Amino acid sequence: MEKTGNPIMKAHSSGVEPEMFQVLTPEGEIVETIDPKIDKSLMLKMYESMLLLRTFDRKSINLQRQGRMGTYAPFEGQEASQVGSALALSAGDWMFPTYRDHGAAIIHGQELYRVFLYWMAHFEGSICPEGKRIMPPSVPIATQMVHAVGTAWASKLKGEKNVSIAYFGDGATSEGDFHEALNFAGVYKTPTIFFCQNNGYAISVPFNKQSASKTISQRAAAYDIPGVRVDGNDIFAVWLTVKEAVERALKGEGPTLIEAITFRYGAHTTADNPAIYREQDEISTFWRENRDPITRLKKFLIKEGYWNDEQEEMVLKQFNEQIDAHLQKAEAYPKSNPLEMFNHVYANESWHLKEQQQELEQILKKGVNK
Amino acid sequence: MGKSLTMLQAITEAMDQKLGQDDRVMIMGEDIGVNGGVFRATEGLYEKHGKDRVVDTPLAESGIIGSAIGLALNGMLPIVEIQFLAFIYPGFEQLVSHAARMRYRTRGQFGVPLVIRTPYGAGIRGPELHSESVETFFAHTPGLKVVAPSNPYDAKGLLISAIEDPDPVVFLEPTKLYRAFKEEVPEEMYRIPIGQAKVVQEGSDLTIFAWGAMLREALNAAKKIENEKGWKCEVVDLRTLYPLDRDTIVQSIKKTGRALIVHEAHKTAGLGAEIISIINDEALIYLKAPIKRVTGFDVPVPPFSIEDHYLPTVERVKQGITDTITF
Repeated sequence: MEKTGNPIMKAHSSGVEPEMFQVLTPEGEIVETIDPKIDKSLMLKMYESMLLLRTFDRKSINLQRQGRMGTYAPFEGQEASQVGSALALSAGDWMFPTYRDHGAAIIHGQELYRVFLYWMAHFEGSICPEGKRIMPPSVPIATQMVHAVGTAWASKLKGEKNVSIAYFGDGATSEGDFHEALNFAGVYKTPTIFFCQNNGYAISVPFNKQSASKTISQRAAAYDIPGVRVDGNDIFAVWLTVKEAVERALKGEGPTLIEAITFRYGAHTTADNPAIYREQDEISTFWRENRDPITRLKKFLIKEGYWNDEQEEMVLKQFNEQIDAHLQKAEAYPKSNPLEMFNHVYANESWHLKEQQQELEQILKKGVNK
Repeated sequence: MGKSLTMLQAITEAMDQKLGQDDRVMIMGEDIGVNGGVFRATEGLYEKHGKDRVVDTPLAESGIIGSAIGLALNGMLPIVEIQFLAFIYPGFEQLVSHAARMRYRTRGQFGVPLVIRTPYGAGIRGPELHSESVETFFAHTPGLKVVAPSNPYDAKGLLISAIEDPDPVVFLEPTKLYRAFKEEVPEEMYRIPIGQAKVVQEGSDLTIFAWGAMLREALNAAKKIENEKGWKCEVVDLRTLYPLDRDTIVQSIKKTGRALIVHEAHKTAGLGAEIISIINDEALIYLKAPIKRVTGFDVPVPPFSIEDHYLPTVERVKQGITDTITF
């Protein structure tokens, strides 16, 4: 079999349903030539980023359990998809995450404390650092996909060298906006990357109930855009694929649909009990033991002599401190002033909002809203 | 110097001038390019400004409004044409859940300067779902502004303001008035502020509040009743439906002490109820009679063979005036 690091071109030109593109096996073996090269420093960045996110995610679940944070959507198991995709972007690229993609957002430059703030229900949790283009998590499913068409379209019209990436899950592919986004992107050849993390379940509904399609990537054919299916727990495969999609987009070759096969180990959110709809212990143990994105890269790095337990211990300690510092900042963050709810509804405040704000101000002064 | 234009021509002129003046402005929608729009509101603009700025889109309202949100986020000033108001529903989620909320969610970091133009209203012998007046849906959505002009002059000035507005504006164009009459419209660009009603006719006995196509019914009824009974009605064109111009509403009631609201939208939870509530809050003691509403009925807009009986007529408005003044 001819080996190539250009999965999109291969899948698109062959015209047959693509197999899952994989570079790094769960055993940590390289099965594809890597082109472009992933150098050691990038490999370490990938690994450390995944460790950081997993630490963050586990801490977040604990915080929710302790009542220090609201409902939280965990992503453990999906780190390779989120890190690999985000690391393939440039700083000025537009990112449209869902509520499960704060991992990708963090790697693209969102600050940890702001992610905490979001789940702690602070307004400021939806703001990204100045100059970044990380949109607030989209809550209605698939709706953000068309936005990523629009921002990419504007980049193209203005001659700016940026791509827009939309994150979504397998459930989103049943929504109309999924199809409208692919269709519009195809028509206007926008530099958009549609990055689907197919974790097998839309809350409780498995993909075989979601669609008769065997794959999500095959839907791309209907819109005559490239679609590729990758091992979403193989960070090399994800990074290479998104990198190629970015390059295609910047060359004016239009959008790409990427289906990353992955699995969320935990619940849909902290308010969900996955044991109701799947053999939770068995299935999550299977993925953890056999498909874990972090373990597989670690095996590879250790074999190459790039990593050891001592380094891991040191890095984890550093990450825990870093996360705790952000958590401290988030928990010390001043509680939102109730009157802030009236700000930013419009650029210029209208009379009725001013009055309602005054009304609430009076109520607060009287102290009746306890 | 002005030109005598229909409302449709005034709308086209506003877009043409903004396209010419500002590179960020673009128009998108179904059949709006080569075809010039089903009502010809964009006639000639595709040829003049090119396919990248006057864009024929796929037939998908959510895709249109959603991608326009993205365009607006990234520095463009999109004007979306939705072919008829009742076709907006697939894009309703985009408008309500995203366009209206993006500034709020990002605390002013990202805004959506977007205009949704759409013909609305009955009386054009349209097929099913071509005649709705569901302005309340949008006027119930914080973050949106809703505008409905009733004449060519206002249409141009309000549309230019809408295009320049930093927030999303739903711009409702009364289909029945598109070609109903011409009036003098200045050639230069001018702006009519969003949020300001207009006293179209001064009076002392009763105030009629109306907008869009109903303004003409209101004026005709006021004229007839003055001839027949000598009552002088003040007529207020609300022009902006959200946020409402409370001051103009209240001032007029303080002067006349009576109000009649005419709208072609369904009665229940229509904007008339909101206007009554404003008067109740601000000018109750000035009222000499209960406020009456003459509106479309609480039924789906019926087939056009009987739509004239759904719509408020001059006779119904006259009756409403008489009932209120003789209460």
